[in-house]
Formats: sequence, structure tokens, C-alpha cells
Amino acid sequence: MAAILGKKLGMSQLFNEDGERVPVTVIEAGPCTVTQVKTVENDGYAALQIGFGEVKEQRVNKPLAGHFKKAGVSPRRHLAEIRGRDDAEVGDEITVADFEVGQKVKVSGVSRGKGFAGVIKRHGFAGGPGSHGAHFHRAPGSVGASATPSRVFKGLRLPGHMGNRRCTQRGLTVVATDPENNLLMVKGSVPGGTNAVVYIETI
Amino acid sequence: MGRARHPGGDSGGFRQGEDMNQTIARLEEKQLRKGIPRFKAGDTVRVHFQVIEGNRSRIQVFQGTVIKRQGEGARETFTVRKHSFGVGVERTFPVHSPKISKLEVVSVGDVRRAKLYYLRSKVGKKARIREKQQ
Repeated sequence: MAAILGKKLGMSQLFNEDGERVPVTVIEAGPCTVTQVKTVENDGYAALQIGFGEVKEQRVNKPLAGHFKKAGVSPRRHLAEIRGRDDAEVGDEITVADFEVGQKVKVSGVSRGKGFAGVIKRHGFAGGPGSHGAHFHRAPGSVGASATPSRVFKGLRLPGHMGNRRCTQRGLTVVATDPENNLLMVKGSVPGGTNAVVYIETI
Repeated sequence: MGRARHPGGDSGGFRQGEDMNQTIARLEEKQLRKGIPRFKAGDTVRVHFQVIEGNRSRIQVFQGTVIKRQGEGARETFTVRKHSFGVGVERTFPVHSPKISKLEVVSVGDVRRAKLYYLRSKVGKKARIREKQQ
């Protein structure tokens, strides 16, 4: 299983061999450095910890600085784990060369924050009519019955904070890779805005 | 308060005047086609467009008036409008599409707008565009 950390650069389009346009998200993926190898004996599960992006040494807190020093790599801004793999050594590089065109991947990241949103935007409620004497426009409506159960059920879809949480877009296709410039192009959109950090993993 | 950064929501596209990522700009530059004739809205063009039917392909010619050009770089498109059997037909092509085998400018129009949407509500004589006098 190939996985890597990257930075979303934005969206564009490419022409495929049939001359059709393919919408792509361009991701600057890697190079990532293996900072720790977790094994079943030692940590209870196998995983590779990878670091992405440079950060000044003085900006890293002492526990993390020690962690990087132990691994013998310069400090990295972002860390992530590739679960179920221990086929690399500390200091190894992980690049987009691990990915092939046509592979299906899932991309995780922190979605754009939408602030406090109502039920129409947040949950896709239909809302009421805008005019003709209607008094019901964008409100959530009934939240349940009265004396029985005399409470509002947990998990009821209500207004609240929307976005700015980790989410995953699954089943995206790798359209092109550019190992020279560490670029990965996937078809479709991925969570987060420009410059957001994303984690790409093959399915 | 400065200028509103994202009018019309947070669609994430690059609007005019907004900086595009340099890496993406280089990527799009590589896809640009050379030898595309200069044309603008109001011109009459003949587009030779490759149509794939099953596993054979043929060239379809679409001739009409360019009513708009939109977008930048490799994402630029143009819309051609013509009348076919009394019905207005519009087709949008990517300027840099590899499926355009030939693009001919038939005549250069004399218009004062960049987008000729007003042609949609005009028929017959009123839908004509003056040709540019040299």
C-alpha cells in the first residue's frame, strides 16, 4: 500500500489521450522521510511514520526535536502514519514514484471551514417557500414529539459548525504523476483549500 | 475593509487578477497548442472537430459566430453559435483541445462587446454582425 503526505496546490484540467478534458487536483506530494518504524513487537501494530515539509529547528518543541534527533532527520512540519507497513527504514524517502497512473486512491484532509451553518447548507434540508404568505423559510422545523419522549433525540441534524474537520474523499483516480517535480494529479476535488495538507493513500 | 476576496462563494477557482500557483501555470503552459489563429467574439469561424463514434473517428465541421471566449491558459473555451434548420445551436469548444483538427477564421466581425449574448434574442436580419472594414 502506497501512501504519502502532500500539499494541495489547486485545481486545473488535463487533456487525456482521447482529447477529453479531465478535471484534476494538483498535489505537491512528498518527498517524505520515514521518521519511525513501528513494529508489532514494540508498539502493538506495524506502521511507518513519515514526515513532510521543512520546519526551523527552533520552532519544534523539545519532545518532537528529540524524536527527530533520534531518527537522525531534520525536523518536519507534518507527521503521519502509514498503517500496516514496516518495509522501510528510518531515513528512507517516500516519493510519488510509489504511485501509478490509473490507481484508485483516497485523499484525506481538513475541509474548508464554513462557520456556523443552518440546516439547509449543513444537511441539505429543503426549506420552505420564499413567498405566498409563508412563515417557514430556512428553519429546521420540528425536532420531535412532545410528552413522549419529552426530549430531543441525540444525533438530530441541527444547525452548527460546518467544515474544518478531517474528511476523506475516496475512490479518486491518479491521472498523472511527475516524480521530477513531486507532483501528483488526481481526478476530481479533494478536501481543503489551496496549500492544505492532504494524506493520499491507495485503496 | 478591502475588496471582497471571494465574491460568489468559495468555489476555489482562479478569478481574473488572482494569482495562480506557478506550478499549475507551468503545467497548463505545456498543454497550450501553437498555431491557433487569432480570433475574438464576433468573428465567424469554421471548427473542424474530431468526433469519435465507436472505434472510428471522423471530422465534423461547425461553422458559426463566436459569441464568447472564456477562461485562461489551457482552460480557455470559446462558444460558437449558428442557426440550424431555424433553431439556434451553440457549441462550446476548449481552445486548446487536441480534438480540433483545424480552426479557420472565415470573417472578422465588427462588434463592441466581448460577450455577444444579445444575439440569442435576435433573429434574421437583426442577428447579423457587421464585418470589419480594413
